[in-house]
Amino acid sequence: MLILSCPYCGVAADETELHPGGEGHLVRHGPGSSDDEFESYLFLRRNPRGVHVERWRHVHGCGKWFHAARDTMTMEVIGTYPAQVSEPPSEILNALGARSA
Amino acid sequence: MFDATPPLARARQDGRVSVECAGLTGMVTLRGDIAAIGEPVADATGLSIPDTLGIVEDGGRALAWMSPDELMLFCAYDEAEEIAATLTAATAEDHALVANVSDARAMFELSGEEAALRETLAKLTPADLRPDAFPPGTIRRTRLAQVSGAIWLAEDGAMRVICFRSVADYVFSLLCHAARPAAAVGHF
Amino acid sequence: MSHRLATGGRLIDRSTSVRFTFNGTYLRGHAGDTLASALLANGRTLVGRSFKYHRPRGIVASGAEEPNALLGLGKGDRFEPNQRATTTELFEDASTTSQNHWPSLDFDVGAVNTALSRFLPAGFYYKMFMHPRPLWKHVYEPFIRKSAGLGEAPAAEARDPDSYEHFHIHTDVLVIGGGVAGLAAAKSAAATGAQVLLIEQTPHWGGRAVVDGGEIDGVPAETWVNATLQTLEGMDNVRIRTRVMGSGVYDHGYALAYERIADHAPGGEAPRHRLWRIRAQKIVTATGAIERPLSFAGNDLPGVMLAAAVRDYVVNYAVAPGKRTVVVTNNDDAYRTALALHDAGLEVPAILDARAEGGGTLAEAARSRGIRILTGRGIAKVKGRKHVTGVAICAQAGEGTVLDTIPCDAVAMSGGWSPVVHLWSHAGGKLTWNAEEAFFQPDPKRAPNTHDASPVVFAAGAANGQLGLAEALSDAWSAGGAGEGAPTAAPRDEAPMRPVWVMPENAKPALRRKAWLDFQNDVKVSDVMLAAQEGYESVEHTKRYTTLGMATDQGKLSNINGLAILSQSLGEDIPAVGTTTFRPPYTPISLAAIAGEARGALFQPIRKTPLHDWHEANGAQWEPVGHWRRPYCFTRPGESKHDAVIREIDQTRSSLGLLDASTLGKILVKGPDAGRFMDMLYTNMMSSLKPGFCRYGLMCSENGFLMDDGVVARIDDQTFLVHTTTGGADSIHAHMEDWLQTEWWDWQVWTANVTEQYAQIAVVGPNSRKVLEKLGGIDVSKEALPFMRWTDGTLADIPARVFRISFSGELSYEIAVPANRGRALWDKLLEAGEEFGVTPYGTEALHVMRAEKGFIMIGDETDGTVIPQDLGLDWAISKKKEDYIGKRAQARSFMASPDRWKLVGLETLDGSVLPEGSYAIGEGRNANGQRATEGRVTSTYYSPTLKRGIAFGLVHNGPDRMGQEVAFNRIGGEPVRARIVSTMFFDPEGEKQNV
Repeated sequence: MLILSCPYCGVAADETELHPGGEGHLVRHGPGSSDDEFESYLFLRRNPRGVHVERWRHVHGCGKWFHAARDTMTMEVIGTYPAQVSEPPSEILNALGARSA
Repeated sequence: MFDATPPLARARQDGRVSVECAGLTGMVTLRGDIAAIGEPVADATGLSIPDTLGIVEDGGRALAWMSPDELMLFCAYDEAEEIAATLTAATAEDHALVANVSDARAMFELSGEEAALRETLAKLTPADLRPDAFPPGTIRRTRLAQVSGAIWLAEDGAMRVICFRSVADYVFSLLCHAARPAAAVGHF
Repeated sequence: MSHRLATGGRLIDRSTSVRFTFNGTYLRGHAGDTLASALLANGRTLVGRSFKYHRPRGIVASGAEEPNALLGLGKGDRFEPNQRATTTELFEDASTTSQNHWPSLDFDVGAVNTALSRFLPAGFYYKMFMHPRPLWKHVYEPFIRKSAGLGEAPAAEARDPDSYEHFHIHTDVLVIGGGVAGLAAAKSAAATGAQVLLIEQTPHWGGRAVVDGGEIDGVPAETWVNATLQTLEGMDNVRIRTRVMGSGVYDHGYALAYERIADHAPGGEAPRHRLWRIRAQKIVTATGAIERPLSFAGNDLPGVMLAAAVRDYVVNYAVAPGKRTVVVTNNDDAYRTALALHDAGLEVPAILDARAEGGGTLAEAARSRGIRILTGRGIAKVKGRKHVTGVAICAQAGEGTVLDTIPCDAVAMSGGWSPVVHLWSHAGGKLTWNAEEAFFQPDPKRAPNTHDASPVVFAAGAANGQLGLAEALSDAWSAGGAGEGAPTAAPRDEAPMRPVWVMPENAKPALRRKAWLDFQNDVKVSDVMLAAQEGYESVEHTKRYTTLGMATDQGKLSNINGLAILSQSLGEDIPAVGTTTFRPPYTPISLAAIAGEARGALFQPIRKTPLHDWHEANGAQWEPVGHWRRPYCFTRPGESKHDAVIREIDQTRSSLGLLDASTLGKILVKGPDAGRFMDMLYTNMMSSLKPGFCRYGLMCSENGFLMDDGVVARIDDQTFLVHTTTGGADSIHAHMEDWLQTEWWDWQVWTANVTEQYAQIAVVGPNSRKVLEKLGGIDVSKEALPFMRWTDGTLADIPARVFRISFSGELSYEIAVPANRGRALWDKLLEAGEEFGVTPYGTEALHVMRAEKGFIMIGDETDGTVIPQDLGLDWAISKKKEDYIGKRAQARSFMASPDRWKLVGLETLDGSVLPEGSYAIGEGRNANGQRATEGRVTSTYYSPTLKRGIAFGLVHNGPDRMGQEVAFNRIGGEPVRARIVSTMFFDPEGEKQNV
């Protein structure tokens, strides 16, 4: 059972305080988008064996959504960071780069 | 307010840890950029702005940090409406939301030895309740068994617990179950 | 015949006699006994029957690994099957029964299976019950069900009277296991200043060392244990606790521990079990090792026991499992049993040491006491039917030719030891094969890691493969984390063990068929060999095919022996074959402990409105709506629910009804961008709503499906009050926060879920205005408060917000007041409404009235596959807006298809009520060969207003087929014919509500 540090309140939150929200950094495709774009936005999800960037909400705590980069095999948490970004911050990308190197 | 009745007005269980309904309590929620609304709120309430996860108490009022953009003011039930109006006016220049939510929640007070209070709550929440992690002056929003709640050790030594009004019965029963003298653990 | 020795017994209190029953017979034991030691003391060696062959089964072990001694314990409400006698403390009046036999333990009809065992090999059930197929349902399955299952389930009417709870703990270091290794690790961890929790599954500290002897730091092990306990108890940063078993280790330092608080003292007020949910920075597993049986013919007879268990019973409980015990071993440790028996004055006619070279110093000690030692020898076969009467001796290197026979009444066997690696393995720790000791042990290079990729579990002592006292202590000290100061003891002085997987080495099939691996499930050496021969190569498949290790002991005794036989049969190395997966819990824990406090009234939260108590006292028939309880209707004495609903509707439509609408979601949405946000949330235009006005709206999910509806009130320029359905309050608020926080985080909008701040009461019916005028304070006239408007004010001295909205087609107001004053308003409405025959109504009347008026209900007309266009709600979908959540999805070809089923009203020709969920029967058959359907009923009621059945349904091309007849199926009856009509059954012009 996971512990994820909420980047907003700093609490190392037990998984039972959290609500999972699936893959992070999806790009919304609204009216005017092609069928392929919309399909990919609404239905197609990564399911990696390894590092995955996910959305989580500290639902029983401060109520904030955040991102977590987590290895689905080892349960290593590379880091958590706020929701208001469209891609992982540089320290997370660097950590991921260091892992794959 | 002769006709206002909080949930479980007379509920009480005594023992090593006593559990009782705190009665009518004023609560005002404030949403806004705390950096911007902090000063007007401090001026209007006479309380300083709490740090992350903090709660400050003074003169029968308390101001709690609920999230990076949310504060909760605790005050007398009768003054909540007026304070809410004052705060609305005080934050009118900012993008803020103020609402009197005094009736939305139930508050319980647990009294007894501090270690026993921590132990009682530890039966219901996965939060780290060790004194270092949860000292007086911090408020922890968390899960209490199957519902959300918030807990803090108040300056008067009581553990205060709030939950939504509709589950007041459930939370009171939970607290009483956890506080039974025969279920003492002696861990903290 | 008493097997209790005259002296000794570390753990028993001879001054206290404890009475208990076994299969109805009164027996006595001492305080401190386990059920197993008390049964053995009374000479009860036969305690049950095996699963498949119903062979007689005796106690084999002294701890958690016991496979046989599972008893029914307790009576009535406290009866529980499958309680392990070796880990259950004896208590006064304990009522125990043996299991898995009929008609009696001594004479069992099922034992005929043992005679047929040649015909019940591995995989028998899979092979036998395949053909012919028709026999499966009526012959095979009932037969297997009857013979399956271990022990009896508690009576259906029994209710567990005990309480249970959870306990969440955070600690720096969790040490699991209270033997000397666990104590040393705890002391070491404590010395670093860490907070330490040390738990032990039994009621006693010290583990094996206090039985096996030896000196630690120059004093006897037991003295050291007591001194160490005293030290630990005195430390602020240490908590120690017995009767707490480490049950499982999970990700990120999470562990479950199972405390048996009152199993030994039932009936008190204390919780029976407590489930500890522990978060630790570091977990030390000092869980010891388990002795392995030897596989020789007849090793399952009562009287054959693990060697260390034999000396546990002698030393701890002063119980002699036998008067004459033959020891058979492949290692030095079992000599300790011979010595303990000899020192207790019991006979050891021989030690059979399978090693040709024999043992070391311990063997010398046995020899010097005059005990006969036969090296290179093993057991060809155990003599006896229900109990050991002797052993036939053979050369271990041979095929089983009998050299001699020794009469005896017990056999103490030791096949070496296996570290308890379960907890290490639960969270992904890997194992490595130790060929010298012939066991798997934790591989510290591949430890379970925590969130930062650092190791979180550390095995210590025997659990880490360190079987010697000195080695275990030093290993544990280092696992604890301190530097200098490890406890010292003499280094291990034992001759090497020699793996023995079958005894004798070349045992013939007749012997292999009597050599048990899994005692409870009746898996023998021959079964595993057969599985290998039939092509089973994977240990996981072999386990399931043979049921090896699938008994309630989960392979604690059989695992290594079984996979050794498998690897031998496959011609592979043991590590290449590997082990089966270790899964929590370590031993079974009660379901009640897992449920914790969540039983009875605390089973789940029941949400109650501010008026709940009034409803309860006034005949409310509760309906669960999510976690809420809402009155379905209010019955009067002698009144049926159906009649109550009709009365409530009639009275509301003719005069005055009251509805508790407090459960409706109420969410404030405020900010400069609130209008823009509302336009994204709703399919229709909300930003154009003027302050003081209300508007009905629809919310869809991003995949286009209708998920919620309700009335929005514009409070001021920047503020909207969103009403959601009862079930939608929390989910819609979460939906809003999701979009605001993660997609449109630059929009200036705040939300607040104020659902529970208000009690909301719908005042409905032709006399609703009159009753509000009687209460006074707010002008509710047609002119001051027209339809779809709201106003703030003080009603009957209570601050109130009054909405002029209607979900029934009647003149109607919804009044929101602070929740704590809801009851006061309700009481005043009842009082003022008395002259109008005011009638509180429930959800069913609400549903019927909304259906009569043609309003849809989320959850009835919608099911997650329905879009607003299906429901004819196109009028509530803005054509002007460029975007709203769900708009793009509604443009998908399938959503825009003209073939989608659409909402219509349905009237049965005979006036009856259509069955719920009924399907409209179409022409022909569908692609699956089933009867085609062309629609389905979504809501169906008896309308007292129209005095007939009315319904809504989604029907193919429905709106274009007004007046046509459709047949709906009815289970167990002829189809019902219904006519397609408008959904607006009642007052289509709105004359009643717009007065």
